[in-house]
Amino acid sequence: MIRVFGWNEFLIIVVAAQWTIALSAIAFAGGTIGGLLMALMRVSEVRAFRRFATGFIRLFQGTPLLMQLFLVYFGMNIFGFAINPWIAAAVALALHASAFLGEIWRGCIEAVPKGQREAATALGLRYYHSMRHVILPQATRIAVAPTVGFLVQLIKGTSLASIIGFTELTRQGQIINNATFSPFFVFGTVAAIYFLLCWPLSLVARRMETRFSRATAR
Amino acid sequence: MYDFNFAPVLAAFDQLLIGAWLTVRLSCAAMLIGLAVSIFCAWGKTSGPKMLRAVIDGYIEIIRNTPFLVQIFFIYFGMPSLGLRLSPNSAALLALVVNLGAYGTEIIRAGIESIHKGQVEAGWALGLSRAQIFRYIIMKPALRTVFPALTSQFIYLMLNTSVVSVISADDLTAAGNDLQSATFASFEVYITVTLIYLALSVGFSALFYAIEKMAFKYPLSR
Repeated sequence: MIRVFGWNEFLIIVVAAQWTIALSAIAFAGGTIGGLLMALMRVSEVRAFRRFATGFIRLFQGTPLLMQLFLVYFGMNIFGFAINPWIAAAVALALHASAFLGEIWRGCIEAVPKGQREAATALGLRYYHSMRHVILPQATRIAVAPTVGFLVQLIKGTSLASIIGFTELTRQGQIINNATFSPFFVFGTVAAIYFLLCWPLSLVARRMETRFSRATAR
Repeated sequence: MYDFNFAPVLAAFDQLLIGAWLTVRLSCAAMLIGLAVSIFCAWGKTSGPKMLRAVIDGYIEIIRNTPFLVQIFFIYFGMPSLGLRLSPNSAALLALVVNLGAYGTEIIRAGIESIHKGQVEAGWALGLSRAQIFRYIIMKPALRTVFPALTSQFIYLMLNTSVVSVISADDLTAAGNDLQSATFASFEVYITVTLIYLALSVGFSALFYAIEKMAFKYPLSR
């Protein structure tokens, strides 16, 4: 018996968006910590740190997110953990976000004029304090727009978690589609929900970018 | 401790290479057609009629704010109800072109807008035709300016092709999935597949670098 795509089915899909939001939030939180670490390692004076961070970023930027999800998912088994799509998706997306945010934020740190760093050194500030009070606050301002832009990318990326069996928005759409067989409406609805999640962020990112470029052009 | 066993993967390595070959062909085709779509839409957005601009804007916003996976599902499963039934491989190509078109348009438009107006006026003054101005004065310098952004988008597209395996297009990831269900050596299979993707992205980067060197020989003037 084929169910009809009605109000209930629509609501089930809408409610599934909470898992997309939760997964995005966790991945973003993990990516913020990892990304800051990666960015600081990339601009570090210790060569081993720079090398490690460069390798990490290259690896994650040079391979598909889907493979990263698969490797974490199947790798959990090998390292003695029970396979759990929730944790696998969260870990893989957080690592993915660490690499991309690390590279974005490295650019922002390097965009802070060199003289600032030199002035901090001249004032007798050590590494920690010059980073904490001089470089990072300025880099943060530059970083807001591209970070929000990446958040859109990350929310869209969570859709791939459906392939390893995590029931979020896209997976719920597939399940409903299998029951109702009206793919046009089901995936139209799913796309519309993603759009409503991502579009405001895109607009904010773009507005901040133009405002920032106007501010620096002066 | 887990015993890694790459023997079954290496025994079926040619299957992976066949999948990788489709990934390469799919990526190249999508890049070329997607580039053409991008150039057309960028022209439409910068100097086309108002209606066309609104349509292109809508297209870009929708594609850029929805996941590629959902776009593929929509094209492959949803479009047949509108009478467009495609094989998995052509649906994959269409989805990739549609996706790249949206991102590429924004990149190329940024390049076109970086061209100084005086350049175009100088072209008119020299008696160049509309097509000549678009080709030599706008597109060539614009493409050169945005080439790095465009190539990262291309690499991103190539990595994105892995998603087309979900509609059973037979690309590298699909070959990996087949091998995985035949051997159960999941981790080994996906490590190998990931390394092949890494090699492909390094290879494509080298190719784009060579193209950049060949296509834009004259120095960047400012």
